[in-house]
Amino acid sequence: MLGALVIVFREVIEAGLIIGIVLAATRGVAGRGNWVAAGVVAGVLGAGVVALFAEAIANAFEGSGQELLNASVLGAAVVMLMWHTAWMARHGREMAAEMAAVGAAVTAGQRPMTALAVVVGLAVLREGSEVVLFLYGVLAAGTSGSSLFVGGLLGLAAGAAFTALTYYGLLSIPARYIFAVTTVLIALLAAGMAAQAVQYLDNAGVISVLGRRLWDSSGILPQDGMLGRLLHTLIGYTDRPTELQLLAYLGTLALMAALAWVATPARSPRTAM
Amino acid sequence: MRALTSAIVLAGLVLASTPAPAQEFNLVIRNHKFEPAEIRVPAGKRVSIYVSNEDATPEEFDSTALKVEKIIPGKSKGLVRIGPLDPGRYEFIGEFHADTAKGVVIAE
Repeated sequence: MLGALVIVFREVIEAGLIIGIVLAATRGVAGRGNWVAAGVVAGVLGAGVVALFAEAIANAFEGSGQELLNASVLGAAVVMLMWHTAWMARHGREMAAEMAAVGAAVTAGQRPMTALAVVVGLAVLREGSEVVLFLYGVLAAGTSGSSLFVGGLLGLAAGAAFTALTYYGLLSIPARYIFAVTTVLIALLAAGMAAQAVQYLDNAGVISVLGRRLWDSSGILPQDGMLGRLLHTLIGYTDRPTELQLLAYLGTLALMAALAWVATPARSPRTAM
Repeated sequence: MRALTSAIVLAGLVLASTPAPAQEFNLVIRNHKFEPAEIRVPAGKRVSIYVSNEDATPEEFDSTALKVEKIIPGKSKGLVRIGPLDPGRYEFIGEFHADTAKGVVIAE
């Protein structure tokens, strides 16, 4: 039962971290709860569908279907996060000013929640399909199944509690800084996803260059330990990155910074130049 | 004769420059265990491992060392691509049955 709890918890916290960050980043946005909930529900349904067709997916594209699906899901999430960051660069300043003026509790007006809801949905889809397959296997095995299933449900509950912890932790940051903090978190999240996506493309045999690993820090901070896992999701920590992964990581960060810079409305002092 | 020799040399050069196809290995999952539990692969090369899951339940071939996470549904086969690897030991597990499903890739 404990094993099932641990496995499910591990998968759930990855999606949970992302949900917690999205919720914190959209503090004060009217109707965000519904958007995030819709993302979660769509993600769970999607996870069920992926699990149901796991075999067909695995066999697609000469056995690389699963890797290509994962890479696509991650790639789509990166694009959504970029869009959100660009939008925030354009409108964030006035929103922050507004929030400071009227108090953080008041709505920050219209804001596209679609991008972030999609990110939530994709995160739940990716981690959820593994949970569904695992629990299915447990149930199919019979006999000791029910106790493992209970373990799985407990893992799910623990993961949900962890999401709440992330959210309230981020909320303790003063409203003045929360946009800055969540923007950085979202950029790192996206960079980490891009690094994961290129590794899936490598596993799929689509890319076969720059596959050498750059370093091995698994002795200091193993990626499959608890802290390593958290950092893996949060900032894309990888204990044995390849050249391509580092390139994707830094490239995504650079692209997001460039996008944010371009999208930021010209400030008056700049005209002095 | 000269023409033939140069043709052979040329063909040799062409063959040498085309990357050799990834070497293939086979692995079976039976009763939540990997058989064989140890695979020796050449270092510095890309390698394909065909994992055949003979159990009825799905398994996840998981290894941070090999940078692979792949679900292999019950009663089906999956292709795991790894490498190029530095010489060394690279452990992998079946995450859904981690206490029994263990194995290691040795690159040399």
